[in-house]
Amino acid sequence: MSLRIVVCVKYVPDATGDRHFAEDLTTDRDAVDGLLSELDEYAVEQALQIADAADDAEITVLTVGPEDAKDALRKALSMGADKGVHVEDDDLHGTDVVGTSLVLAKAVEHVGYDLVLCGMASTDGTMGVLPAILAERLGVPQVTLLSEVAVADGTVTGRRDGDAASEQLQAQLPAVVSVTDQSGEARYPSFKGIMAAKKKPVESLDLSDLGIDADEVGLGGAWTKVEDAAKRPERTAGTIVKDEGEGGKQLAEFLVSQKFI
Amino acid sequence: MSGSGLPSFDPRDPLGIDDLLSDEDLAVRDTVRRWAADRVLPHVADWYERGELPGIRELARELGSIGALGMSLTGYGCAGASAVQYGLACLELEAADSGIRSLVSVQGSLAMYAIHRFGSEEQKNAWLPRMASGEVIGCFGLTEPDHGSDPAGMTTYAKRDGGDWVINGRKMWITNGSVAGVAVVWARTDEGIRGFVVPADAPGFSAPEIKHKWSLRASVTSELVLDDVRLPADAVLPEGTGLRGPLSCLSHARYGIVWGAMGAARASFEAALEYATTREQFGRPIGGFQLTQAKLADMAVELHKGILLAHHLGRRMDAGRLRPEQVSFGKLNNVREAIEICRTARTILGANGISLEYPVMRHATNLESVLTYEGTVEMHQLVLGKALTGLDAFR
Repeated sequence: MSLRIVVCVKYVPDATGDRHFAEDLTTDRDAVDGLLSELDEYAVEQALQIADAADDAEITVLTVGPEDAKDALRKALSMGADKGVHVEDDDLHGTDVVGTSLVLAKAVEHVGYDLVLCGMASTDGTMGVLPAILAERLGVPQVTLLSEVAVADGTVTGRRDGDAASEQLQAQLPAVVSVTDQSGEARYPSFKGIMAAKKKPVESLDLSDLGIDADEVGLGGAWTKVEDAAKRPERTAGTIVKDEGEGGKQLAEFLVSQKFI
Repeated sequence: MSGSGLPSFDPRDPLGIDDLLSDEDLAVRDTVRRWAADRVLPHVADWYERGELPGIRELARELGSIGALGMSLTGYGCAGASAVQYGLACLELEAADSGIRSLVSVQGSLAMYAIHRFGSEEQKNAWLPRMASGEVIGCFGLTEPDHGSDPAGMTTYAKRDGGDWVINGRKMWITNGSVAGVAVVWARTDEGIRGFVVPADAPGFSAPEIKHKWSLRASVTSELVLDDVRLPADAVLPEGTGLRGPLSCLSHARYGIVWGAMGAARASFEAALEYATTREQFGRPIGGFQLTQAKLADMAVELHKGILLAHHLGRRMDAGRLRPEQVSFGKLNNVREAIEICRTARTILGANGISLEYPVMRHATNLESVLTYEGTVEMHQLVLGKALTGLDAFR
């Protein structure tokens, strides 16, 4: 039977652009071009490699986001994924990670899955907790932050590199896996892939298709609230430490003051 | 956002030319731009200084895997992209270095195009898939030491010997020659000029590299030596007898240069713009001086006029309506303007302009070759002059 892989991807504002909050303190998506989160490209790449190694596999890329989020799906499809699912609903505006994980869980169940792959975090919110919450909602094992991953005989195995040790992990499928930016460079979409992506199916779903009430998501349903946001202060000229015998001490004090050590 | 409801002014695309591109066009451009940023830009100044392109086989395989080799051809493992997409790829490659664009142009528009258009089914199946993947690099031998703009005078001669062909001659200034697995060589025969598919391991064939170049230093340029190279009867390209064969290949490659030259110009313009806004003299950025602004404005005008011209020609090629004279128009204008933009950028960068730390001198010296190869400026003036007056000034 075909190995069903679902890759959860996020459409984020280009981090090289001048990113802003909108008036309601949600992300201003009009001000900056969006793209497929670069950290999610690693998840797409690992899905493609797992699918290549399997006899038979199908990769679905799933995103929750506004109309333009289709661009993120199109990018993943041009890299080689088979089909896309786009959950879009006006009531989703302002949804936090708790709500997003609910929508993703329902959508993953709607698609059907053996393996859910995620990036290690989004490049805009950078919370990194979504894969864990998603696994809880689905009631399946979570194997997070892998820098190496493989699937064989209904089992996912991988390596998690920590500060103190590298752990070898394994779990029975179905499972949720997240991969780091050390898992292997993502491929460039080939021109054939770009042309083929035009013809690949993208299913559009809204909240009612997934049986989710509007008050469970959106700004109103969010468990967290952004109270205030201020622009980061302009960079100052920096501090020059002149070594007159106390240089090492001064450096250490500076690092402590900045909470680096 | 602009209060007038108009789109905001984008210094990278002041005319809004990107609006002419489809999502697929943008995706193709993005793939090539990223590849070049990752794989070429960090190393190219070093390659240039050393005068070599180490890892050219790996680069070719990577270009093959994204689909950039023979990308506008169909079948045989080729991507089947549009002419506009091919042009966008050339622009992004040449924004990195003309040598990399030359590698791709010669592979796709000259060697593969010749086999695709004039070859037998056996020749296409034998070579094109491996050339599209980058496993085999190809070259194209038309120019000779004593015959450049006037290839009709070529002396390389292929003689029938029973069922075989025996070729003798020299080809000069051949991009990719020393690393090629296959050469498309044009030779005089008793039945006119014909093209031959010459495997590089054919006895009597060699391709020594030409050193001591001050241009296209990150590119392999070679001489082809053919001493009694014996080839079977099926080595000849069955179609494309006469000079029209090689000239149609050159027209296709030239079309890519119309775009590519604007890539070199864009990279130099961007370097100059960045420099002008950060370099301070007399207490303020030099971009605030009228003389510098005049240069920047004139550079931007010619750069984006040239890109617009390339788009126009690309759309005509996609519609099957592009005449060779129109390609000459584009090559004449865009390379001439591109080299002027690079030279002006050099003046804005002052002494830093001559350093390999910045791309402008590298692009300017590369364009000295681009100005001459695939039809010199003067030949394109003569082609246009003839088309305008009906009077042939060179034959």
